[in-house]
Amino acid sequence: MIKVEKINKSFADKHVLKDVSFSFEAGKTNLVIGASGSGKTTLIKCMVGLHTSDSGKIIFDGATFDDLDKKDKRELRQQIGMLFQGGALFDYLTVEQNIAFPLSMFTNMSEEEKRDRVNFCLNRVNLNNVNNLFPAELSGGMTKRVAIARAISMNPKYLFCDEPNSGLDPQTSIIIDNLIQEITQEYNITTVVNTHDMNSVVEIGDNIAFINKGKLAWQGNKDSIISSDSPELNDFVFASQLFKKLKQ
Amino acid sequence: MIQGLKMFGKYLSLLGNVFSRPENKKVYFRRILDEMVKLGVNSLTIVSIISLFMGAVVTIQTGLQLSNPFIPKYLIGFATRESLVLEFSPTMIALILAGKVGSSIASEIGTMRVSEQIDALEIMGINSSAFIIQPKIIASVLFFPILVVISMAIGMFGGFLAATLGGIISKAEFLQGLLYWFQPFYIFYAIVKTVFFAFAISSVSSFFGYYTAGGAIAVGKSSTKAVVYSCIVILIVNFVITQLMLA
Repeated sequence: MIKVEKINKSFADKHVLKDVSFSFEAGKTNLVIGASGSGKTTLIKCMVGLHTSDSGKIIFDGATFDDLDKKDKRELRQQIGMLFQGGALFDYLTVEQNIAFPLSMFTNMSEEEKRDRVNFCLNRVNLNNVNNLFPAELSGGMTKRVAIARAISMNPKYLFCDEPNSGLDPQTSIIIDNLIQEITQEYNITTVVNTHDMNSVVEIGDNIAFINKGKLAWQGNKDSIISSDSPELNDFVFASQLFKKLKQ
Repeated sequence: MIQGLKMFGKYLSLLGNVFSRPENKKVYFRRILDEMVKLGVNSLTIVSIISLFMGAVVTIQTGLQLSNPFIPKYLIGFATRESLVLEFSPTMIALILAGKVGSSIASEIGTMRVSEQIDALEIMGINSSAFIIQPKIIASVLFFPILVVISMAIGMFGGFLAATLGGIISKAEFLQGLLYWFQPFYIFYAIVKTVFFAFAISSVSSFFGYYTAGGAIAVGKSSTKAVVYSCIVILIVNFVITQLMLA
């Protein structure tokens, strides 16, 4: 479980996150939704330590991130897997080397053990025979799946996904969403997904935080989101004609 | 001025991070070897071509200046050797490498930054600056002196070809000049200079690449800055080391 308490973050004179507090539950797909520029990515980057929040606490299963020393922070980070918007695969490494990368850095696994683990992770994301391909040779959906495989290679306790469906067609988006949800439940991971894709919200939104202009404007789940009376959330959810018609 | 000092402070702080203990020595060692190939071995062709013609031109120009019958002809070989060892091979090759290697380092790291590969390293708990930059600096510092020594040899061979094929002086006279009053200390001086140049090129270029912010245009800007600043640093370091070691 990850808790954020009264997180504030500013860039120069722009106050991006304002007193955001939320609990991300283990074994559930926790969604952070909101319009572009609402502060979702900043929140996720504060949570993984890529940005330092100006005030507030980020607590990973009882351990406050900012209170940890350098070594403990590094150890905690080894329990974090992250799926970046563009995949962030190392382009000079093959798929196999990308997935084996954290294993080479932090474990004493033999080459054979690493290969087994890589193949296990690739099977888990339904990819086969791509071990020797380079990231430039993969499609968008395959890149995301390889990135998920790399993120789970170290058996993470926490999985962060930044806009996992951006640039993907609706069918591939559903495959990625389902994969994230399955992995979350299977390994009891605390998963945080940052998205503005409404399909993801209704598919996998076990626990949802809606961020509007840097503030937590609503929280609930995929069942309660449709009946919410928050005007900001309704503007966001029913922005598309499809969802408007569904509501009617 | 304040901006410059801030940038210098940021550069020193980055260097502090770069030289921290590696997470996995075996992986770092393999990366150093890869970087030696990428930054050093892959520069051999350009270094060889430039050195060959540089040596030839130095010989021809020296030959033109030493046309007085009272000056012994073998001094053309001597002047060629001294010019190459003291200045042309270390400094000229460093400036060429600042363009080739410097821009490649800055654009590679800059691209890693804008495509979030550096963030991915950080999240894995890896010191990204040490992982990316340290092998580049070590590989450059170890391999650039080898390139410069090769450049000296090829430059002298170029001079030899120009001198003999162009009929400037005889083979024997040129070789006599090459061997005349040889000072091993000058080679040491050239290697010391090159080590500092290598450090400057790799660290300055890495600095601009690492702090790239934005997209493709920012990567291009970082690459340009890396080359310009590396060249300026090389010229300043050249002056300081020459003053300290030869003056």
